[in-house]
Amino acid sequence: MDSMQLFTRQTKAISTARRSLLIIESIPGIQFSEIVDVELGTGEVRSGQVIEVGKGTTVVQVFGGVSEVDLLDSKVRYKGETLKLPLSPDILGRIFDGSGKPIDGGPAIISQKYQDINGVPANPASRMPPAEFIETGISAIDGLNVLVRGQKLPIFSGSGLPHNKIAAQIIRQASLKGKSDDFAIVFGAIGVSYDDAAYFINNLEETGALSRAVGFINTASSPVIERLSTPRLALTAAEYLAWEMDMHVLVILTDITNYADALRELAAMRGEIPSRRGYPGYMYTDLASLYERAGRISGREGSVTILPILTMPDDDITHPIPDLTGYITEGQIVLSRPLDRKRIYPPIDVFLSLSRMMKEGIGEGKTREDHNNVFMQSYAMYAEGNYLREITTVIGSEALTDRDKVYLEAADRFERDFIAQAEHSRRTVEETLSVAWDIFSMLPEEDLKLINEKYIKKYLPESSESE
Amino acid sequence: MGKIWRISGPVIIAEDMRGSQVYEVVEIGEERLNGEIIGLEQDKAVIQVYEDTVGLTVGEKVTRTGEILMAELGPGLVGNIYDGVQRSLVTMKNEVGDFLHRGVRTHALDRDKKWRFTPALKAGAKVEGGDIIGTVQETGLIEHRIMVPPGMSGVIDSIEEGDYTVEETVAMLGSNGKTRPLSLMQRWPARKPRPYRRRFDPVDLLVTGTRIIDYLFPLALGGKAAIPGGFGTGKTVNLQQMARWSQTQLNIYVGCGERGNEMADVLHSFKELKDPGSGRYLQEKEIFIANTSNMPVVAREISIFIGITMAEYYRDMGYDILLVADSTSRWAEAMREIGARLEETPGEEGFPTYLGSRLSAFYERSGKVECLGSPDRVGSATVIGAVSPPGADFSEPVTQNTLRIVDALYSLDVALANRRHFPTINWLQSYSQYADSVDAWWEKVSPDYTEVRNQALITLQKEAELEEIVRLVGPEALPENDKLLLLIARMIREDFLMQSAYHPVDTYSDPKRSHLMLSTIMKFNDFAGGLAEAGMMVSEISASRIKQRISRMKDVPNDEIDQYIDSIRQDMAGGAVSLEEGGV
Repeated sequence: MDSMQLFTRQTKAISTARRSLLIIESIPGIQFSEIVDVELGTGEVRSGQVIEVGKGTTVVQVFGGVSEVDLLDSKVRYKGETLKLPLSPDILGRIFDGSGKPIDGGPAIISQKYQDINGVPANPASRMPPAEFIETGISAIDGLNVLVRGQKLPIFSGSGLPHNKIAAQIIRQASLKGKSDDFAIVFGAIGVSYDDAAYFINNLEETGALSRAVGFINTASSPVIERLSTPRLALTAAEYLAWEMDMHVLVILTDITNYADALRELAAMRGEIPSRRGYPGYMYTDLASLYERAGRISGREGSVTILPILTMPDDDITHPIPDLTGYITEGQIVLSRPLDRKRIYPPIDVFLSLSRMMKEGIGEGKTREDHNNVFMQSYAMYAEGNYLREITTVIGSEALTDRDKVYLEAADRFERDFIAQAEHSRRTVEETLSVAWDIFSMLPEEDLKLINEKYIKKYLPESSESE
Repeated sequence: MGKIWRISGPVIIAEDMRGSQVYEVVEIGEERLNGEIIGLEQDKAVIQVYEDTVGLTVGEKVTRTGEILMAELGPGLVGNIYDGVQRSLVTMKNEVGDFLHRGVRTHALDRDKKWRFTPALKAGAKVEGGDIIGTVQETGLIEHRIMVPPGMSGVIDSIEEGDYTVEETVAMLGSNGKTRPLSLMQRWPARKPRPYRRRFDPVDLLVTGTRIIDYLFPLALGGKAAIPGGFGTGKTVNLQQMARWSQTQLNIYVGCGERGNEMADVLHSFKELKDPGSGRYLQEKEIFIANTSNMPVVAREISIFIGITMAEYYRDMGYDILLVADSTSRWAEAMREIGARLEETPGEEGFPTYLGSRLSAFYERSGKVECLGSPDRVGSATVIGAVSPPGADFSEPVTQNTLRIVDALYSLDVALANRRHFPTINWLQSYSQYADSVDAWWEKVSPDYTEVRNQALITLQKEAELEEIVRLVGPEALPENDKLLLLIARMIREDFLMQSAYHPVDTYSDPKRSHLMLSTIMKFNDFAGGLAEAGMMVSEISASRIKQRISRMKDVPNDEIDQYIDSIRQDMAGGAVSLEEGGV
């Protein structure tokens, strides 16, 4: 690599500049996908990427577009390198931009180790199924949609919903049950507003978590191309911390919708054939190349857990961004606008949310023996209450039996007491389960069909306050 | 030897390639990346590359291998894990480490391992393609039958029992004055179907242990089925269940563009779970292909064909094989990506116009056949493909093209998933063309199979119609006989169709057990009808002890189920009186 840098080559033979593409005369040694500098006649330098290379001509996509590129004075410089990130333990506590340059006023990272930001896929035969419970302190997650180490669990949100608050709460509270070692946090902000980015940074600072965090910030005003490199930088840092420093890493990526839109924008400029809603046909694979970097590797201490946040355009879960994400991730936490309107925080939609790794992460020795039973029963109870709410809107509440009324009340209490909790409240999983048991005590005991009798004896509070 | 002339993503064009053939395998650049020629023009070859092309440069060498892409077939496949181009991931893990770097090559079959070969023939025997010359005990569950490769024939000059590696000569075959060595391994072009003598209609049930499939929408050995479903509908759990419990001799699990953690889970669970028939670990009857979504896209395309070639190979030994492919949508997307790079005229939603024919080329390799060679034997390969329709919209091209080919559809329903009704196979939208052909099989288990099945399906259909009314007027406004129908339909749904993949007993339901369960519910229907006629309210019937006992039959262990059901039936035969005595 070093020797190559001595031979930086450049050409002025640009034959075409159109949309965001430059067609130039090839020089021997240009690598497919490498990053180049495009120097304009005015002296301005833009980045570009080689997207096609041939014997006669090479196609370069210029980030930031080809406006003001002239065919006579502009130069293209090859560096013989794909985008790499310098890595060392010193990255902890630092903030970088979407090209990997420090923006916190600190010095550049000095390292012998430069890692290609695209990563290398883990061998499926080396992966270990994730199974260690992460206690987030949030009942709707710990009780019903358990997050485990090495999982990728996105938050599907909508504009104006409190996804950032929830993510910040998870960052503050997440810990492995029964162990004191903290997570390292890697934070990738993709095309978010300056305020949103600052919110996270301040949150990390206030809780003292910044010293074990790394941030990569691409704000809405930063170059669009860096929306694509920001999550890759973040994940490269995370993999380094996990696989080489034996750390447990929690990666927050927000907002994936901005990422996907950048992908669409750059694909359209290349004149690619679009798929659904204009997004490129390879978006599934592209998103997978990010999300699949989560996991555990047998024989290695660390783990990479990814919590991507995305805002569903028009709250539409079938939109390609949440849809393709849902096909890759191991479940999803879906936020609900109706719950938010009822001032329930966190407004987690229990019916649409799901954690595929839950079964592996709960039970005796991990959380508590009755966890799965409590989960099933809570779900059934809340579902029945919700069904009755719907019926009531059609046929009125007069037609309801006394039993039905208990279930309506139980559903309300479930939202008020179980799902809802304060932004700074941190419930242990035992506390979460006992909130559920409290609500169960409203129901007729014979209705607790999904719970093993010995747990009923052990955990059901003595008959509730019968009014 | 050629040189790279152009690079565009996973597709490169090489020059100086005169003399090469389409589908020939090539090695590209210093790192010897694997690729396959997919088109030729003058001296230029269009090549799809099975590995990441980042960093390649124009002018790097392209070496021809003279061979088209072959699957390696022989002992050592079972229990192994392969990537899309049949590199052993186990070997790569041991030799290269936990991450998949480019340009690594491994053999599919271990070259050092010795296998005990037992001849089935003596020197002097006349043989032809497909004849079994001997056996190797590949795992505790699979006796690997060593066959003369299709197309070869002659007289066995020598054959000897002993321990051999897959490359060593176990027998010499003489024909027309020449002798050729036979080894334990043979190779076969992955894209080409293996020959057989003739094809049979699929008439035997493939027992999957999933009640809704076996009983309502049965799949036949040698059949082909699709499972489309949006995310979160449990597609993968369904497929895993089938790969786990299907009563076939060997299963092949092709994870094509799916989750790495899920694949890890499959790999680990098959090491721990036991086959219900033999009590041996499932891993001994399973081959895995794991090409996860972050592994190179192009390899997805070939992975499906590698899988089906292995299935045919074991079929040719006279075995019943099940291949599950998760997911064919990711496979189709890989074709779309290559098609776009080649600047082909796209069809619907950008998929190549040959999507339908490529899907057929895969599904049509299923079937129940009389195998080549002697002794006479029959084998089958059954294929189940998952489809991941965007937005759970089944009108999209991959689902629609698949439905034109397959004969059974298991349609997964997001609404059922949200109600936590698993498996989420929708009973109104699913179908099986095999229902009529396997009823003879079923009637050996029970003569009233067809009747019970039809009765159940009609009840579910009527329930759907009544539900519309319930939405408007509430359940209380219905007449008693409709309430009874809703009760029976609910019992069919909750006590029969719902099945837990995680419950040790419920996870696998054998055909006899499934029949006992459903026929008991239908008998309860008759019984309750009598009670209702005698003036009993459906709400009382619903709260009866007998109904509750039926609800609990799912969890009753296999060795107690006969007795349990017997006692329920006796009580029903005892009539209304015993219901009252039994207490409400």
